[in-house]
Amino acid sequence: MSGEGQAGTVVAGLFETENAETARGSRAPLPRPRRWSPSSWILPAYAILAFIFLLIPIAYTFIFSFNDSLKSNISWRGFTFDKWLNVCAVQNGAVCEAFANSIVIGVVATVVATILGTMIAIAIVRYRFRARSGISLLLFLPMATPEVVLGAGLAAQFLAFGVPKDMLTIILAHTMFCISFVVVTVKARVASLDPALEEAGRDLYGSPTQVFLRVTFPLLLPGIIAAALLSFALSFDDFIITNFNSGSVMTFPKYIYISASRGIPAEANVIASAVFLFAIALVLVAQISQAARRRKLAKQG
Amino acid sequence: MAASQFADSGADLTLVGIQKRFPGFTAIEDLNLEIPAGSFFALLGPSGCGKTTTLRLVAGLEEPTAGRILIGGKDVTSTKPHQRPVNTVFQSYALFPHMTILENVAFGLRRRKVSDPVNRAHEALRLVELDHLAARKPQQLSGGQQQRVALARAIVNRPALLLLDEPLGALDLKLRRQMQLELKTIQEEVGLTFLHVTHDQEEAMTMADTVAVMNKGQIEQMGAPEALYELPHTAFVANFLGQSNLFTGEVVESTSAVVAVDVAGIRVAVPVARAQRHAGAVTVGVRPEKLAIHRDAPPADSGTNVLGPGRVIDVSFSGVSTQYLVAIPGAGTIVVFSQNREFGPISHVGDDVWISWNVEHSFGLADVPDEVQRFAGDTDTKSIAAQRREALIAELED
Repeated sequence: MSGEGQAGTVVAGLFETENAETARGSRAPLPRPRRWSPSSWILPAYAILAFIFLLIPIAYTFIFSFNDSLKSNISWRGFTFDKWLNVCAVQNGAVCEAFANSIVIGVVATVVATILGTMIAIAIVRYRFRARSGISLLLFLPMATPEVVLGAGLAAQFLAFGVPKDMLTIILAHTMFCISFVVVTVKARVASLDPALEEAGRDLYGSPTQVFLRVTFPLLLPGIIAAALLSFALSFDDFIITNFNSGSVMTFPKYIYISASRGIPAEANVIASAVFLFAIALVLVAQISQAARRRKLAKQG
Repeated sequence: MAASQFADSGADLTLVGIQKRFPGFTAIEDLNLEIPAGSFFALLGPSGCGKTTTLRLVAGLEEPTAGRILIGGKDVTSTKPHQRPVNTVFQSYALFPHMTILENVAFGLRRRKVSDPVNRAHEALRLVELDHLAARKPQQLSGGQQQRVALARAIVNRPALLLLDEPLGALDLKLRRQMQLELKTIQEEVGLTFLHVTHDQEEAMTMADTVAVMNKGQIEQMGAPEALYELPHTAFVANFLGQSNLFTGEVVESTSAVVAVDVAGIRVAVPVARAQRHAGAVTVGVRPEKLAIHRDAPPADSGTNVLGPGRVIDVSFSGVSTQYLVAIPGAGTIVVFSQNREFGPISHVGDDVWISWNVEHSFGLADVPDEVQRFAGDTDTKSIAAQRREALIAELED
């Protein structure tokens, strides 16, 4: 298949650079004592293979988002930008609708889980109360329990209480498993916060609300943001728990899973690639701004 | 609210019958203290003596189990920290890492809605000579600079009472000396009441007008540094504030002028006015630098106490002075500090020497020194209970 052929070219390219570097290395003023010892190539080769293994699915998804496919998107039929330009056109916008549902569920579940989880984390670290360590342990359980068990159990309860399955049940389910991750992430941040800072805030005429808003919250913010991003990522690509509790509501992972049997449309590849590129862009922006800030600090001395 | 105005001057602090219990132990037992307005007061004591707890009670960060706290005559026992005209310089400085130096200093002013907080903050930073760093973040400053920012952040609010919780503990010796002088100067300039908590006796004596020595949740003795040093009332004060040579014996002579005790057959006298007890077993002490060392027996004299002969067991030369350890049978090992007015030590290990001092330099203690004082065994019930409690806290934190 041509897709694999392209991947092959990329791989070949990588190997060429590697060979070129080895060649340059051998021309260096200090020649290596053993030129072809296994240690000089096993590690690089292993690293390259590992990266290929990790990146092939992403590369495939990205490349096939440009495929001029008809119904199924398995064989390469030619390059086109159509799928990127008309993402919502296929199947009356089913892809986009599923995507929008996933975004709404992810955002709502993240906001609720982050608020509740942060409150729990502060309570667990800062206050001594009965069954405190027991509660800490119980909060770990959802992370350790297999998702199938959580999803099926929750679905059974919704059925038993006659709750109709829709967006709300999905949001409830996602909030449930996200809270644990938020608590664990924010807890670490709260524990590293010097209690003297809050005391200084109170000592400097800050009322409890002012101390929370001006001192505690800004200092916890990096941890809270990390927790929120983690929650959103978990919620956005959750399939198992969602599938048990969604009824007829379509989310993006569920849509992909269902359409996999009859061929995933290239529009799904477009959305998946866009999400991936967005994440990469976010990381790059963060890295660049951090580097710029470090340079600025270094200049100040 | 009292905190909304600037204090024109320091206020006095009165603690009445303060008691503070934590689960499992009592940190402070019936503490009474009065600090006059405008003074520089030091609470001195070893770690765990309750001095930091006292400070936190005054700041409102802890609530007393019993007793009352009055600042400027007003009862503040039940008020919250932000309602008290008190500011604290924390041991760890506790500067807000997410704010600039300027915003740190302006924090208290903004909370109280004082007009023109930025200019006032700049003014306070100028006082500690750090105005040029106003735009930086705390982690870009050195320890000494952070300490000065913490001080500026507290005094900018013109609190009636400024609390200092071992603020110089993290600094190296040279910087600490410099900061001690600066603190003292600032206190005189702004005229606030300073309450300084420290375990460094030299720091307390250099800076404070009045020093209170605290031990086991109670004040052992209080007074001007010279008075405390020259006339300690208890064995704890005599040993915690500088070094002392202590001799315990039964009183053998009691006149209107002196009380004399018998130490291994030798008469050791102390003026009546300088002795806390005049009968029974009395401990007499003398500071090591008041002692003179003789190679020949000095003539007996009613105005001088003489001990000896004894053997020099250690000589350590420290430039400005020499410390001798002299073992005198029956009287124990005696420390002598002698200024190097000659070249080098005047006596060597193994020499037989006599020790003498002016009777006027003796002091008589109210108690008898505890043999096991600093390094008590940890097998008694109290320390086992303390260990259990620590283990429990560690377990709770896991």
